[in-house]
Amino acid sequence: MISVKHLSKYYGEHLAVDDISFDITEGHVYGFLGPNGAGKSTTMNIITGCLSATDGKVLIDGHDIFDEPDAAKKLIGYLPEHPPLYMNESPLEYLKFVGEAKGLRGAELSAQVSEVIEKTGISNVKNRRISTLSKGYKQRVGIAQALLGNPKVIILDEPTVGLDPIQIIEIRDLITELGKTHTVIFSSHILSEVQAICDQIVMIAKGKLVAFGEPEELQKQLLTPNEIILTTDAADIEIKKILDNVEHIAEIDVEPSESEFTVAHIKSDHDDIYDLSSSVFRAFAVSDRIIYEMSLKKGNLEDVFIELSENADAEPAKSDEIQEKDVTVESEVDKA
Amino acid sequence: MIAILKHELRIYFHSLTAYVFGAFLLVFVGIGAMLYNLQAAVSNFEFVLGFSSVVFVVIVPVLTMRVIAEERKQKTDQLLYSLPVSTTKVILGKYLALLFVYLIPLCVIAAYPVIFSQYGDVYLVTSYGSLIAFFIMGAALIAVGVFISSLTENQGLAAGIGIAVILFNYFSVSLAEYVSATAFGTAAAIFIIAVLLGWIIHHLTKNNTLAYGVSLVLMAVTVAVFFVDETKFEGLLPDIMKKLSLFDRLDTFVNGVFDMTAIIYFLSVIVFFLFLSVQSLEKRRYN
Repeated sequence: MISVKHLSKYYGEHLAVDDISFDITEGHVYGFLGPNGAGKSTTMNIITGCLSATDGKVLIDGHDIFDEPDAAKKLIGYLPEHPPLYMNESPLEYLKFVGEAKGLRGAELSAQVSEVIEKTGISNVKNRRISTLSKGYKQRVGIAQALLGNPKVIILDEPTVGLDPIQIIEIRDLITELGKTHTVIFSSHILSEVQAICDQIVMIAKGKLVAFGEPEELQKQLLTPNEIILTTDAADIEIKKILDNVEHIAEIDVEPSESEFTVAHIKSDHDDIYDLSSSVFRAFAVSDRIIYEMSLKKGNLEDVFIELSENADAEPAKSDEIQEKDVTVESEVDKA
Repeated sequence: MIAILKHELRIYFHSLTAYVFGAFLLVFVGIGAMLYNLQAAVSNFEFVLGFSSVVFVVIVPVLTMRVIAEERKQKTDQLLYSLPVSTTKVILGKYLALLFVYLIPLCVIAAYPVIFSQYGDVYLVTSYGSLIAFFIMGAALIAVGVFISSLTENQGLAAGIGIAVILFNYFSVSLAEYVSATAFGTAAAIFIIAVLLGWIIHHLTKNNTLAYGVSLVLMAVTVAVFFVDETKFEGLLPDIMKKLSLFDRLDTFVNGVFDMTAIIYFLSVIVFFLFLSVQSLEKRRYN
């Protein structure tokens, strides 16, 4: 559907997008994730033809966005970061203009305009001036505009920024709804949002692609060394003695404590953390020591996100590996 | 393109712009017709057009200031870039809409000579010949205004620069008499122009090599020509200023000559500035 190949963009001396490549297939909701200034908007602007690339190619269904802009742009509906609305018009007038500019005429134009008004739930404000609408409604009008012309891909740049919690939920529901009929790409710097709506994540940091895959997959693979947190009545040295024969323990840290309980952090280099926790449990049982509390510290996407953002400079090879792989790649980041 | 054209027209007619522009033009031509045709009882309507052309100094920048500057400010230019419409079509659509707004008061004005001819001898050929020239000259000024609007996102600044540029053009023939006609004066002026040109290129392209290159080459050529044949520069600057004047060429029509070279000059100005506007829009995509 969309194929991005070795895309780079310089703003003067500043490298905003650094050799990004990925493929987007039909029928998914993709989340572009990255901290502010990571290059999300730049990438989206290039994909939609609003910005030129310094290097690289973008193909939309086989049409190059730079060589055949008209054919390529017809396949994309785009909502930029600031909804491009004419404040003195009503949503109805505005949508009619956009529809016409996208080549719709007559009955088809009216039909599509009423359809997108229906879909985005703006029929009760369609005759008011856009400048008087709330931010949530403005965002909806922006999304309605992107839907006109029935594009295959809808690209939304930070559609929930600046909205109140209720509006955010409404827009998220709308995106989920759109995901059923279109391929949707949307960007966000809020992780939970991407986690909630997307079935594919594209993570960008410092202009580089650092991860690409399903959220669960990423979460599973990107876990930092797994860790068991243990509260016991055994003392520091004793714990180490008990666990001496247990495999897959990378490191044991004991929190300094005044009380009779000791809290130990057992780090593992093993994939299956339950393997380790059962071994630990048995070892304590054999030594007749009590485990008051045992919990697993799982890495979550939040940690992964922060780690990847920080490490973007350190691991340039990683994104290359991903590029070589086909379409819905599993993330390779855990290798690093 | 049609969609852009219709959309622009709706903006002009929903706001006051089109009405203010039309009203000003009509009032000015009306005053001119009062003074020349009614009070002084002169039967030449073309004099009225020559007199009222000064109104362009104000009304053209007011009409064109928002055309692209406002799109940038409201970030609606992003929409234009993402639509399957080329930048050339965007500029053409916008320009045609402006011409349409400009044509409406002209249609009213076109009735004047006919009305006057009911009450005396009016030489309609020069009247309408001048009216055509008046239209094309205004169209050329509007093209200049579109380009100026594409340089900034501040409407006020676009209007200010527009007024300054058109005012300078209006008075350039009178000013030409005061500028130095000596070879050295012209060479110095070309030096200043070279620096300005370099600055503009730098501003537009952010390319230092190109900006310095153009500036320095121009300066070098000036110096070379100056030392080889000083006489080439004599009277050159006033000459250029006279040649560049759009208003000066309108006077030829007012004096009863339908000057095709002037028409071609106006048309070239239109094409040149619309081309620059397209480049200015395209440039934003590259920066």
